[in-house]
This record gives sequence, structure tokens and C-alpha cells, in this order.
Amino acid sequence: MDKKIKEKLGFLLLFACILTTIFFLGIIIYFIFVRGIGALSWEFITQVPREAMTAGGIAPAIVGTFYLTLGAMVFSIPLGLACAIYLSEYSPQGFIVNIIRISINNLAGVPSVVFGLFGLAIFVKFFGFGVSILSGSLTLGIMVLPSIISAAQEALMAVPQSYREASLALGATLWETIRKVVLPSALPGILTGVILSIGRVAGETAPILFTAATFYTRGYPDSVFSEVMALPYHIYALMTEGVHPEEQTRIAYGCALILLILVLSMSTLAIILRQRQRSRSYYGS
Amino acid sequence: MEAEIKIKVRNIQFYYGKIQALKDINMDIFKNQVTAVIGPSGCGKSTLIRMFNRMNDLVPNTTHAGNILFDNQDINDLKIDVVEIRRSIGMVFQKPNPFPKSIFENISYGLEVNGIKDRSKKEEIVVQSLKKAALWDEVKDRLNESALGLSGGQQQRICIARCLAVSPEVLLFDEPCASLDPISTQKIEELILELKKEYTIVIVTHNMQQAARVSDYTAFLYLGKLIEFGETEKIFTVPKNKMTEEYLTGRFG
Repeated sequence: MDKKIKEKLGFLLLFACILTTIFFLGIIIYFIFVRGIGALSWEFITQVPREAMTAGGIAPAIVGTFYLTLGAMVFSIPLGLACAIYLSEYSPQGFIVNIIRISINNLAGVPSVVFGLFGLAIFVKFFGFGVSILSGSLTLGIMVLPSIISAAQEALMAVPQSYREASLALGATLWETIRKVVLPSALPGILTGVILSIGRVAGETAPILFTAATFYTRGYPDSVFSEVMALPYHIYALMTEGVHPEEQTRIAYGCALILLILVLSMSTLAIILRQRQRSRSYYGS
Repeated sequence: MEAEIKIKVRNIQFYYGKIQALKDINMDIFKNQVTAVIGPSGCGKSTLIRMFNRMNDLVPNTTHAGNILFDNQDINDLKIDVVEIRRSIGMVFQKPNPFPKSIFENISYGLEVNGIKDRSKKEEIVVQSLKKAALWDEVKDRLNESALGLSGGQQQRICIARCLAVSPEVLLFDEPCASLDPISTQKIEELILELKKEYTIVIVTHNMQQAARVSDYTAFLYLGKLIEFGETEKIFTVPKNKMTEEYLTGRFG
């Protein structure tokens, strides 16, 4: 076969793969949008559910997801950042650090439902936090910790070694160098990782299944020990429980649309930040 | 009368893992003189001067033996504060490496980490340092712009000004012109000749003409050994060692 035809065929094949991927993404968004748009209204996002979930809104679930995500981040960002800084800036490179790295990567591969069971055993039962925002946040936080650590580590390692050398050569300590030179340069990259993690935390169902979520609350949570409604779990509950399947399905798609919008806007924000970081590193701020 | 000795290098050995990069180096760096370290790539020039401000501490898996005495104090002594050594012995690197900060912040950075917080004091030193680095006229109207927007030569002078701001005694230049054009190189060379009035200077270069132009003393390193060390004039006109002569006349390198 002619070389040029082969090349064209190759490109065509790659292009077809891309189209297929985009097609599925597009169809998911379209499907959720069409089915969910009907349920959306001001009342839907600001009111509590009424009449056995068949009317009213899903505001407690939105609020619950917000609290769970916030809690998970409050817990995992400082811890993850500290781990990443230690691993990339302080620890001597060698066998033990490699073991730690591998462990963290393995932790990232643990199925989320296993984190859910772990959270149930440790936070709900052992520490006695009960099914609560606190237990759910901690479980989600642990689940997302590995991705925050690796994102932060990558961002830190992308900071040119010459910045560190310049700072140290001026008589700065290692800590001053990290705080004033390395971290500011790595910040956009770290932020991108964090935002992507937020999206993931907001959408997870399994870790909160046994640790935080409940099908129905009358109002809003009043402390970190309250159990909460959450968007992903609410969708699951609407589709599997209750006695008004038609109404519930409509509301479930509404919930899905809200969740999709939240998660997609997080990802978009991350992409914009990454873009800004790239242009800055090429042309100066 | 011989000049005062600022840095004494005594029996220095240096290893990257098992590979020996410096073999029994002995030499003196004289105060307010420019000492050039020349030799082919990989001969240990940079390794040697990076020992003077203990930059090699950052390179994992390295070991050394011997002493480096700065004002008669062993810089590797456990009692010595490495931060203080690095403040007293500034370094300009091969590739200009200004921080991704404004021009002002680049110069004032060293002041902040060395405890100078007073704004007017900082401003005074920043202006002074930029003037000393012959950069003031070019940047005085854009102190708040990013240093990364400057040309390579200007960036290198920012790095020099940044060193000067923390008032070091010795300045180490690690092939400072390697990535610069001839005009920028000339400016840096003029600057070095100006700076030696106040500072002791060590410059690593693989450009022999540059060594001849700016230095008072020259050390020729080959494969980790110090082949010859002496006054630049003598080294370049009547080298004692045959290898030095061959290198300088371009027969190898």
C-alpha cells in the first residue's frame, strides 16, 4: 500500500477514536440535560423535599454535598500538601521514600467503597462520630489524599532546581526557600490538582454511603455530627427506594444535572488555572 | 608583597558516588583578585567552586575530603552555619535564574531572608545594588515588572545585583556568560573588573580569552586534577606544564 495512504488511514483512525470519545461525553451531557432540565426551578435548588420526595426541592442535598466537600478539603489539603513538601523537598531520596511513594500510589487505587467500609469501621464506630458530616468528610478526605499528594508533588518537582539553588545561595534556609520561592511557583499546579479533587469528592457516593449520607432530612444539618443528604447519594436513593418511581426519576435527573454542572465547572476552573500558569511561565507575569 | 588569602583549598577530594571528580586540589584564592578556573568540560571546574559555598550539599550521594578555609575557618566545620557561609560567598550561575518575581523583589529577597524588613532600607540597598551591577539605568522605570521579561544579559546582571544586595565578601561566577551573546558578555566582563575592587572573585569559564581578559590568577584543571595554578599573565605566556600549553594553544579541549 502507498505510504501516503497508510498515513492518511492512520490519522483517520486516531481521529475516529477522538470522535467516539467526544461523542460519548456529548451524549452523556445531552441526555442528563434533556432529562434533568424539566425538574430545574428556583424552588428545586432552594427548598427542602416535600410529599415523600415527590415535590419540593433538593436544597439540603446541595448543602450536604457542600459541607462534605468542604470538610474533606479542610482535612486533606493541609495534610496532602505537607506530605508532598516533605517528600519532594526534605526527604533523602532512596529506598524508604520510594516505598512511601509506591504506597501512596497504591492508596489511590483502592476502590472507593473500601474507603467507605473503612470509614464506617474507624470513624463511625471506633471513634464514635456516628453517621455524620465529620465521618463522611474524613473518609472522603482520606480517599482523595493520594491524588492531592501526587498533584502537589508534581507541581513542586516542576519548579526549576535553579530557583532553589539561587535562594539557598543567597543565605536563605531551606524552609524560607520552600515558603517564599518554591511554593509560590508551584501554587497554580497545586491548585489545579485540588480543584480536580474537589470535583471528585463532590461526585463520590460509595465513601459516604455508610458514613454520612441519609435519604431524607427535614431541614439542614446543625452540627458536624449531623447526618446529611448529599447529591450523589440522593440520586441513588431516588432510583432505588420510595413508591413514586416516575416522580422520583424526574427529580433524580434534576439532581444529576445539578451535580454535573457543579463538577464540570470545577474542572473548567482547573483548566483555566492551568492555562494561566502555562502562559505565565513562558512570558513572565 | 603577596595579597591576602581569602580562601585556602587544601587536599580537596570530591566524589560523585564512586567516581572521583576532584583529586587532591590545593590552591589559594587571593583577596580582591579575580581567579579564573579553566579546563575542558567535565574537568571539575564547577564542582570545585560549588564547594566554596557548599552548593554540593544539595547533590545527593556525594562525599568529599580535605579542607576549604574561608578566612581561616573550615567551611565544612559542623559548628559553621552554612546559611552564613552562603551569604558571605555569593554565587552567579551558568543560566540566569532570576525568581519569577518583580525586579525589585528579586533584589530585596536576599535582604528579607537576612532579616532586613525596613522598607526604606530595602529600597536604598536595591537601588545601590542595581547601580553596582550596572543595570539601574535600564530598569529604574520598571522595578515592579517581572524579571523574566528582561533579556538574558539583563537577567544575569539581576542575579549579580541580587548577590551584591546581601553584601558578600566573595563572588563565585559559574560560567556566567555561557548562555549570553557577545555584547552581554562584554558587559559582564567589565562589571567583573569593576567589582573586584570590593569583592574577591572566582570565575569558572571554558572561554580562555575570557580568563585572560578578566583574571589575575588562573587555575587549569584537567580530569579532576589541578595541572597548573599561577598568575594569569605567566600561565598564558610561559606555562610551566606542557599540558597547560597544549590546552591554551587549542591542541586539545
